[in-house]
Amino acid sequence: MSQTGLQLPQLERQPMEPRALKSIILSAITIACAITACIPLFSVLILLIYRGGKRLTLELFYTLPPGAFDAHGVGGFGNAILGTAFMVGIAGLISIPFGILAAVYLAELDPHSKISETARFCAKTMTGLPSIIAGVFAYAVVVLVMGHYSSWAGGIALSLLMIPTVMLTAEEAIKMVPNPMREAAYGMGCTPAQSLVKVILPVAMPGIITGVVLAVARAAGETAPLLFTALFSESWLSPNNPTASLAVLIYNWSSSPYENLIELAWAASLILVVLVFVLNIISRSMGGKTKL
Amino acid sequence: MEALKEVDANEAYENDLPADVALDCRAHQIFYSDFLAVRDSHVPIKRNQITGFIGPSGCGKSTVLKSINRMNDLIRGFRFVGDVHFHGINIYDKNIDPVSVRRNIGMVFQQPNPFSMSIFDNVAFGLRLNRYKGNMHEKVEKALRSAALWKEVKDKLKNNGLSLSGGQQQRLCIARAIATEPRVLLMDEPCSALDPIATRQIEELMVELKKQFTVAIVTHNMQQAVRVADQTAFFAVDISKGGRTGYLVEMGPTKEVFENPQEELTKEYLHGEFS
Repeated sequence: MSQTGLQLPQLERQPMEPRALKSIILSAITIACAITACIPLFSVLILLIYRGGKRLTLELFYTLPPGAFDAHGVGGFGNAILGTAFMVGIAGLISIPFGILAAVYLAELDPHSKISETARFCAKTMTGLPSIIAGVFAYAVVVLVMGHYSSWAGGIALSLLMIPTVMLTAEEAIKMVPNPMREAAYGMGCTPAQSLVKVILPVAMPGIITGVVLAVARAAGETAPLLFTALFSESWLSPNNPTASLAVLIYNWSSSPYENLIELAWAASLILVVLVFVLNIISRSMGGKTKL
Repeated sequence: MEALKEVDANEAYENDLPADVALDCRAHQIFYSDFLAVRDSHVPIKRNQITGFIGPSGCGKSTVLKSINRMNDLIRGFRFVGDVHFHGINIYDKNIDPVSVRRNIGMVFQQPNPFSMSIFDNVAFGLRLNRYKGNMHEKVEKALRSAALWKEVKDKLKNNGLSLSGGQQQRLCIARAIATEPRVLLMDEPCSALDPIATRQIEELMVELKKQFTVAIVTHNMQQAVRVADQTAFFAVDISKGGRTGYLVEMGPTKEVFENPQEELTKEYLHGEFS
């Protein structure tokens, strides 16, 4: 500072200066953590491709499970794939209309009423509901009443898990519709129902579908609710009887003493994970399609 | 008993309604829950003229405008004390359906808000709501021509309305509002989100529209009021009782209000002494 005249400020990067060093180290740690977060998914995928990939044939999709004394490499689990699709379908038929209509009330008709507050609180609590409780509940309400295990009971148990997800994401999607859209609809002389059907729901639809797809993905992989309700079956789908599903198949066969069944369990795991993976990608691409 | 008296008063009043008044808004009090937003504002809106609502922020000019087609019914706690006379009917009567009111009194909003659908569908929206059975294409073209938008969009009627520029979107909203040929068109600061060129286009359009429609416009731009409005209503805020209550200070032909205001408050506002 002793010099007279103009002194240029120090502007060059100085990576070894303590402040800069701290910043670099912290950035490196966050990057490392972000990368680590991807490891579980990819290692699961790699493991499944490695163990399940070799049994992945088209035959799996249309054959029944092998008997205990069948030769190695025989059999598949077409019934479990069909069973999972059927039960998730039932769950969807129950939870999608129910969840969306409830969301319409929560988001649009009367967001601040006692009913809305209560329903919203219940749905939020339900998202944290341990899935085994849904199974026990459906067991008590459906299985014990009907007197036997069935795909209906399995579908109802899964719908219990899907409803809160569908409802809360649909509510959020409807709330995201900008208010000027609503004003425009009412200003044109829409009744509340018309504004909902013609203006609000079309705009909210990508968000609603995202929620539905995520709920389906979750339901497809659930095991606990099906253990008490659909149980398992070695034969083709018969809705009134115990029904096979991929998740329960994995649970049952992975602890089996037969190498054949263990290999099939790996292949089923791979199919299930790929399914969930694909559903998530679909939901992401839908979410990006909001036309605004 | 009280209801009967009110009806009598309305009828007496109806007879006094001058022939050139399309719609007569008498807002004695407008509440949002306990908050008195507007008091004592009697705004007659003349047929085939543009009535401009001006005044400082929070003076209730938008509130009064939106009360005219019952848009405020959508706001929780809104209560309107008074009446709005429209073709011999008080639109705040208990047996009046606000949805029908809005189909006859169109509205254009501050932010251009076309629907996320094609340009054609935007304009046809109101016609379809009214189950219009005639030649839809003809009606849409007519509305777009009236809104001075036809030339720009005639080759892309299938494009999404949101793909247009802000000024075009606002003209699309005007086309949408006038397609059903409402008696009265309300505009709530229709140019405040637009650039000067788009603003000029909308202003020219308004002057054209008044040949067919009766127009009421809220504007915070006094030059705009001078340029387009035939009648001007000046609102101000009364903070004397602790609240912020808007009220009508004076109303008359635009030229008179601007050149020879009767009230001291109007004079001060026009000279920019408060805002």
